[in-house]
Amino acid sequence: MPQSNSSQYAVRFEDIYKIYRMGTTEVRALDGVSANFSKGSFWAIMGPSGSGKSTMLNLLGCLDRPTSGKYFLDDQDVSTLNDDDLSDIRLKYLGFIFQSFNLIPQLTVEENIALPLYYLGWPNQQREARARELAALVGLEDRLRHRPAELSGGQQQRVAIARALSNDPVFLLADEPTGNLDTATSIEIIELLKKLNHEGKTIIMVTHEPDIARHATSQLFMRDGKIQKITHGLPDTPGATSA
Amino acid sequence: MFIHPVRFFRDIQLGIKNLMLHKLRSLLTMLGLVFGVGSVIAMLAVGEGASAEALNQIRKLGSRNIIVSAQKPSEEQSSANTRIRISIYGLLYDDVQRIAETIPTVNRIVPVKSIQNTGRMGKRTLDMRIVGTNSAWFDLVDRPVIAGRVISPRDEFDKSNVAVLTEHGTRRLMATESVVGESIRIGANYYEIIGVVRSEGATEGSMQTPDQQTDAYIPLSTAREHYGDLFSQMKSGTFIRELVELHQLIIEVDKEENVEATAEAVERMLEIFHKKKDYNVSVPLALLRQAEATKRTFNIVLGSIAGISLLVGGIGIMNIMLASVTERTREIGIRRAIGAKQRQIVAQFLIETVVLSFSGGLIGIGLGLLIPWIITQVVKMPTVVSLYSLTLSLGISVSVGIIFGIYPAMRAARLDPIEALRHE
Repeated sequence: MPQSNSSQYAVRFEDIYKIYRMGTTEVRALDGVSANFSKGSFWAIMGPSGSGKSTMLNLLGCLDRPTSGKYFLDDQDVSTLNDDDLSDIRLKYLGFIFQSFNLIPQLTVEENIALPLYYLGWPNQQREARARELAALVGLEDRLRHRPAELSGGQQQRVAIARALSNDPVFLLADEPTGNLDTATSIEIIELLKKLNHEGKTIIMVTHEPDIARHATSQLFMRDGKIQKITHGLPDTPGATSA
Repeated sequence: MFIHPVRFFRDIQLGIKNLMLHKLRSLLTMLGLVFGVGSVIAMLAVGEGASAEALNQIRKLGSRNIIVSAQKPSEEQSSANTRIRISIYGLLYDDVQRIAETIPTVNRIVPVKSIQNTGRMGKRTLDMRIVGTNSAWFDLVDRPVIAGRVISPRDEFDKSNVAVLTEHGTRRLMATESVVGESIRIGANYYEIIGVVRSEGATEGSMQTPDQQTDAYIPLSTAREHYGDLFSQMKSGTFIRELVELHQLIIEVDKEENVEATAEAVERMLEIFHKKKDYNVSVPLALLRQAEATKRTFNIVLGSIAGISLLVGGIGIMNIMLASVTERTREIGIRRAIGAKQRQIVAQFLIETVVLSFSGGLIGIGLGLLIPWIITQVVKMPTVVSLYSLTLSLGISVSVGIIFGIYPAMRAARLDPIEALRHE
């Protein structure tokens, strides 16, 4: 199990391959990817569709296993764990933020935020206290008893962020977190992520919008299953950095 | 750990919540189980009620007793010239001695001589059955003594003019219980009333209890002296004349397991001395066993019906749960992404199914209590709802939930989290 602060890297990818076989043809979704994501960084993974972005996300999120190569999460090799152990890793060390929020409709805001703690076996009172604390952090302390359907998109994404933070993860994994939001709300959400990053949270975000990616401290461009380039900070004009 | 106390309780709460989201659907899903459980309990209650009454009736005859009754042979009954003949049939005084002396398993024999006559007290009259018997009658036909005493061996020896009446008969004659010491006229003779017993007499099916509602018990010796063995009566223009020594023998056997063998021995012995079949041997214990066997068969049939209805109920539940899993694919994906293990998804859906089937069972029990109550109120039929039928049906409901819930739950758990998250 990863120990906190045992490594300067939240994630290390060592020569990761993910190969799908469809009949006789072979699809190399990830074709020898090596990358280090340091703690406290804010990464944006970019690339056109089919570039291996989603595969990268699934592997980072421990929802899938690489065909070969090693994935160290906070210095623990998680590339060969079984389903149960991967579930445990997700439960204890990861926080997911999705494009479509993915809150459970029949649960209240409070219950949604505390859902990971429920699987961690926290007692009721502690769970409620933590949920209130996180709701306050994302500015929704007065919406605890509401259902997701009663909230706006931006509010729902805030609930999702609070949920992702509840287990104090090694890093937050965001999949197009602003994809379903209007520009103003997108900026609110990205500002919230930036604030969390300033407070020390490692964030890895997959997006295809350069406007959003620009807010991250580092950018990783994927193409055909390989890392095309890595930049640290994008200039204000999108596309101007391609070299 | 499969069952975590906090999660288990929360999963039950969540299960109830999910079911309450679709109230009508949950109710319709449960309906098969509700009616299955309800009708099983109701049918069992009716069956229990009927057989409990029958068994109780048979027990009143005494499970260690054999009852031999005099029976007019069929050729005597159909004979056209009964007008001029005397019917001679029935049990003999000698039979008592023969049985007592030759069959070692016989404890006691109570001879019974019964005569129909009219009892009078003051202005009131009552058709009574005079029962000439001995003191052992009151041991073998065990009825509570309400007032006074019963016939003693001394009464038999003295041929005393004493009578024990039944409660029912006493009320019809006197309307009070302070009859002990009064005298009653039966036919041409006066008897001192020495006691009153409660009577259970009633005819239940083919079995008649030894006592009747309006009996007067007198010593057998007295009965022989007063009435003799010849009985004459005018009945619908025909003069009936019968010569019967004893109408009934109640034989007490030493142990219950010897009852059937003793009954056979009695029958064989009577066959030797009676040319015609003018007697009938009945064994309450055999009737009891027969009644119990009937009840068992009845229960097996009921069990099969119950099994089928519960199977149908279970399939209904499985069908809905499979639909629910498909509907909630995304929720399953979210839970898996957050870190729920496969077995936690199994537990969640299984608990939901069991909550559903358990609630169905509870409603079914409500129905199963209501139906017998209505039957008793409307048709005046006795019903007995036994505790075991309630616990059994609740247990079966839960089992149905587990059996038919495990497949949908496993299917939910085996979903690929990535696919499930993409599901619209």
